[in-house]
Parts: sequence; structure tokens; C-alpha cells
Amino acid sequence: MTTTPSTPANQPPAHGALARPPQQAPGLIQGLRSLVATPLNALLTVLALAIAWFLLRPAIEFLFIDAVWSGHDRAACLAGEAGGETGACWPYIARRLGYFIYGQYPEAQRWRPNAAMALCALNIGWALWPRAPFRGAALFSFVLPFPVIAWILLYGPGFSGLVAVPSNLWGGVLVTLVISIVGIVVSLPLGVLLALGRRSQMPVVCAASTVFIEVMRGVPLLAVLFMANRMLPLFLPPGVLPDPLVRVMVGVSLFAAAGMAEVIRGGLQALPKGQYEAAAALGLGYWQMMFTVILPQALTLVIPGIVNTFISLFKDTTLVTVVGIFDLLTTIDVSSRDPAWATPVTASTGYAFAAIFYFICCYAMSRYSAAMERRLAAAGSRS
Amino acid sequence: MTANEPSTRRAASGEGDAVVMRGVSKWYGDFRVLTDIDLNVRRGERVVICGPSGSGKSTLIRCINRLEEHQQGEIIVDGVELTRDLRSIDRVRREVGMVFQQFNLFPHLTVLENCVLAPMRVRGASRRAAEEQAQALLARVRIPEQAGKYPGQLSGGQQQRVAIARALCMNPRIMLFDEPTSALDPEMVKEVLDVMVELAGDGMTMLCVTHEMGFARRIADRVIFMDGGQIIEQAEPETFFTAPKHARTRAFLSQVLGDQ
Ligand SMILES: Nc1ncnc2c1ncn2[C@@H]1O[C@H](COP(=O)(O)OP(=O)(O)OP(=O)(O)O)[C@@H](O)[C@H]1O
Ligand SMILES: [Mg+2]
Repeated sequence: MTTTPSTPANQPPAHGALARPPQQAPGLIQGLRSLVATPLNALLTVLALAIAWFLLRPAIEFLFIDAVWSGHDRAACLAGEAGGETGACWPYIARRLGYFIYGQYPEAQRWRPNAAMALCALNIGWALWPRAPFRGAALFSFVLPFPVIAWILLYGPGFSGLVAVPSNLWGGVLVTLVISIVGIVVSLPLGVLLALGRRSQMPVVCAASTVFIEVMRGVPLLAVLFMANRMLPLFLPPGVLPDPLVRVMVGVSLFAAAGMAEVIRGGLQALPKGQYEAAAALGLGYWQMMFTVILPQALTLVIPGIVNTFISLFKDTTLVTVVGIFDLLTTIDVSSRDPAWATPVTASTGYAFAAIFYFICCYAMSRYSAAMERRLAAAGSRS
Repeated sequence: MTANEPSTRRAASGEGDAVVMRGVSKWYGDFRVLTDIDLNVRRGERVVICGPSGSGKSTLIRCINRLEEHQQGEIIVDGVELTRDLRSIDRVRREVGMVFQQFNLFPHLTVLENCVLAPMRVRGASRRAAEEQAQALLARVRIPEQAGKYPGQLSGGQQQRVAIARALCMNPRIMLFDEPTSALDPEMVKEVLDVMVELAGDGMTMLCVTHEMGFARRIADRVIFMDGGQIIEQAEPETFFTAPKHARTRAFLSQVLGDQ
């Protein structure tokens, strides 16, 4: 065929014209349309809306519309306008916030937990912000120097010149965060070691790791906490009785480490054998292979499982109340029985506050892990 | 071979040989994969190993860098006898590079990072020296421009060339190839074989499992035919292809050459 530019009608359409996809409605409109696309869809949509209305309306009424926003004591929250119950009693939360955050930590010393929490927030931000410089150093500081500084600040041991504040005075958010953060910081590396141990060629290491993991996984956390509280002293020389808070931190960390080990083992097993072989063939030793080739990939694979373990751990810290530790939920529970604030809605308000606190923390962890997965996927590191 | 190597156990005979296997046998459970393998590979020699599927070719060359353990006989690589002793294994793996059928690049590292990892961690090279060498080797396998990419962003042929460069970055004395082109689309086979031909021309000691008979004919000093875990026949390529002695070799050759 001779191509004469004067007869464009004979020519095939330009490449770009065919490549363009057919016109589509924007995402939102498409989404809305699909809600009512068929009678069944429409019915389901109506049903879902109705359920949401029945569930959400009371919650919104309780938390916002009928809620009491100001007042000095229980009188404000005793009865609503029509004589019925009021909604949430927010003045109660506002007045007792100090107790919820610090427990019975002496008021004059509360700058110390504040400083520790600020340091913690800075350190976490540094470690988690993708473009921050020296993120490795941030992780290191979070695992070693920071816990020491935080311990000195919070506890005030003799040499520090601070007033000693024994841990039985600590409470609320402070205790919840201390236990969770220690649990998270200890359980990840310990979980890695246990997972590697369970896959080890050395029979003793393998057996020890397996027994530890299976025992911890086969026992409820409550039992672990009781055991840590009662039995840990039996394993230690007489006269050495660790602080009760330390005992539950050990219990929670070991329990979480066992769960973590199984999650990480899943990641190790999912890696193709060729990765191990290529690393070995290059002459990398066991630990070099693990740290440079295997663990970076295995841990990335199981980020959702790791974060899931963190979230469980965070929520499970509420169980420490059984061994007499005043975590956030316990402080709320105790203060709701305070006669000065005795109203029909005090307890519900307290639990609503706890639910919001736990939800925000867990949701933040979940979102961060989702963002991290997206970033790693976008980096093109997965083939 | 430097004369002042630290004292290592030398084989009584075959002092100068890169690889010596004597009476090597290996079992998987009750199944004997390798039977009485005797093999000497001289320095600079290029050996091609072929044979039907399941004949033990991979197992044989994986015994040379201890990815598989042999149960009988002795294997001496570059003057070091492979034993349970981890130090002997480390020493051997440092001097032996390997290229796999499935490339086995590290997907979480860039091409350059793949190449400098072992020189830096195992040989203690500085980052600058390692990167310079890696760039030079990437240029040699003709993909210098891909250094910053991740393996997942490369074609199969490019990945395999990176794998070759990565192995070469350790300055190995011996290179093992296990069907390096079998997982590649036909149009990419040549670019990898070209690199290997060049490497052979530079005098590298090579043991190569492959079904690329044209390649074998071109570069091999010796072709080995394996079947049922045994070395059935070995000869120079001319003799091997034109006058194979064994019936099984002839059957195998007619099959693979008929395919081409
Ligand atoms: N890990 C293993 N456990 C048990 N048997 C194995 C194992 N690896 C390989 N084998 C068996 O050993 C024999 C030799 O395997 P090998 O991989 O060395 O063969 P090959 O000659 O490389 O074959 P191919 O050309 O298919 O790669 C085969 O019969 C195989 O089934
Ligand atoms: Mg094979």
C-alpha cells in the first residue's frame, strides 16, 4: 500500500487513539452506582444503612449529643433535662485525667513521666519516619539508651538524685505504655532468636526453642502472668525479688515473643531455598546470611503478622490487673467506683474513654504497617 | 595460586588441581545419588557436565561448594579438603563462585548491593573498592547501566548476568554453573552464553552443567556424561560428540542434538 499523506482516511488510526481506555465514570460515582445496581444490592445497601443507624445513633447520642461537657462534680451528670440518664460524663474524665495518665505518681514529680513519654515519642518518630537520617541509630537508641534513661527518670534510683517513685505508685496510661513498649522492644528480637533457634540444625537449641514456644503458646496469658508473679522469684536467688511491674513485663514479653517467633518462622519458611543457597555459596556466614539476606526479606513478608502481635500485646496489657498492676483500664475501673463521681454513667464514660484510647493506638499501628507495606511494595523490591 | 598460602591439607597427588574428587558417594536416605565419582579438574580447565534429568549433575557440582554433603570419599577444592569443619567450608566457598538456574538474586537489594554484599562482608573490602569492582564487572557482563535497579525490574537474561557478576565479585578461582540458561527465554540464552564464553576465554576454571551442546563444543576442554549418579564417559568435545563410546551417551546425544 502506498501511503499518501493526502488520504488520511485510508490510514489506520494513530497508535495513541487506540491505546486510550474507554471513558469511565469517576470512582465515587461508580461506587455509588454499584450500591444500587441491582435490587439485591439496593436491599443490602438499605439494610446496612439501617444497621449502621441503629448502632451508631445511640453511640453518637451518648458520646456527643446527650453528653455533659462541663461541671465540677457528680451533680452535673446525675440526671438529664427530662430527668432521665445523661450521656457521657466528660467532666469526670477531665477531672480524673491525671489519675488515668499517671496513676498515683506524685503530682510534683509528673514532669518525669512527661519527659520520658516525650523522649519516647521523639525516638519512635525518628525511628518510624521513612526519610529520617540515621534510622538505624534511632532503633539502637530505642533499644538501649532510651530504656535506661526512661527507667532512671521514672524510677529515680538512688544515684540519680531524683526522688524515688516506687512502681506501685505508677499507673494508668504510663503503666500501659511502659509494659507495651518493653513487650514490643523485647519480643521482636527475642522472637527472631526463637524462630531461628527452632529452625536450627543444633538439636539442643532447636529443642529448647521449640519447647519454650509451645509451652508459651499453649498457656493463656493470664496463667503466664500468675506464674511470672509467683514463680519467677523461685528461679532467682533468695532475697532477690524483682519489682512486681518487672515481673509482669517479663511475663508479657516472653508470651509475646513466643507468638512473634511463630510469625517470623512463617516468614523464614516462605523464603525460597535458593536465597539461603545463594548466600551460602557467596561465603556468607550464618549470622551474616541472616542479617543481610534472610531476615530483611522474611520480616518484610510478615509485617502484618508482626504488627498484629504488637496490637494483641497492647490490648492484652489490660490483663495485668489480675496481679495488682494499675494499668489504664484498672485506674478507670477503680475511679469509677469513687463516691465523689458516683453517677449512672460514670463507668460507661470511663470505658468509652478506654475504648477510644485503645482504638486510636491500635489503629495507628495498623495504619503505619499498611503504609510501610505500600512503601516497600512501591520500592520495587518485590519481584 | 600464591605460594605463601597458610598451611592447609594438600592432597598427596593432584597438587595443582582445582577440584579433586575421589570415590565420592552420596545418598538421600536409601537412594544413592552419586556413586564412586572420580574427577580431577585442572586449573583453568573448562568442564561441561551433561546427562539426563535426575542423573545427579546438580548434586555433583553442589558437593563442590558443600551445598550438599557427601558421605563417602574425599573432595579437595583448591587444595582444601571439604570436611565437617566449618572453616574448610568457608575457605572453599570463598574461592568458588556459583550461578544457579533460578538466578537467586537477593530481591530486596539493588543490583549493585547484590554485587558488593559478599566482598564487603566476607572479604572485608571497603565499600568504595567493592563498588568499583562491581561496576567494572557489571560493565563486563554488559549491564553497567542497571546497577541501581532491583532484580525484579530486570529481564531473566539480565538477572542471570547480574548473578554471574555477583559471583565474580568475590574473585573466585573456580566457577560452578548449574544450568544457567535453562530458565531463560530462548532469545536471552545467547546473551548469557556470550558472557560465559568470554569468561572461559579469560582462563577461569569452570564446571558447567548445561544442555547447550553448541556451547560445550565451543568452550569445553572436556565433556562429562553422567547417568544414574555415575560418570559414564568423559572426553574432549570433538571425540565426545563425534565418537561417543557408550550406548547411553549415544542415546542421550541423539536426543539432545535431535532437539536442536
Ligand atoms: N533433597 C533431595 N532429597 C531426595 N532426593 C533428591 C534430593 N535432591 C535430589 N534428589 C534426587 O537425586 C537425583 C539427582 O538429582 P539432581 O538434582 O542432582 O539431578 P540433575 O541431574 O541435576 O537433574 P536435572 O537435569 O533435572 O536438574 C534425582 O533423582 C532427585 O530426585
Ligand atoms: Mg539439576
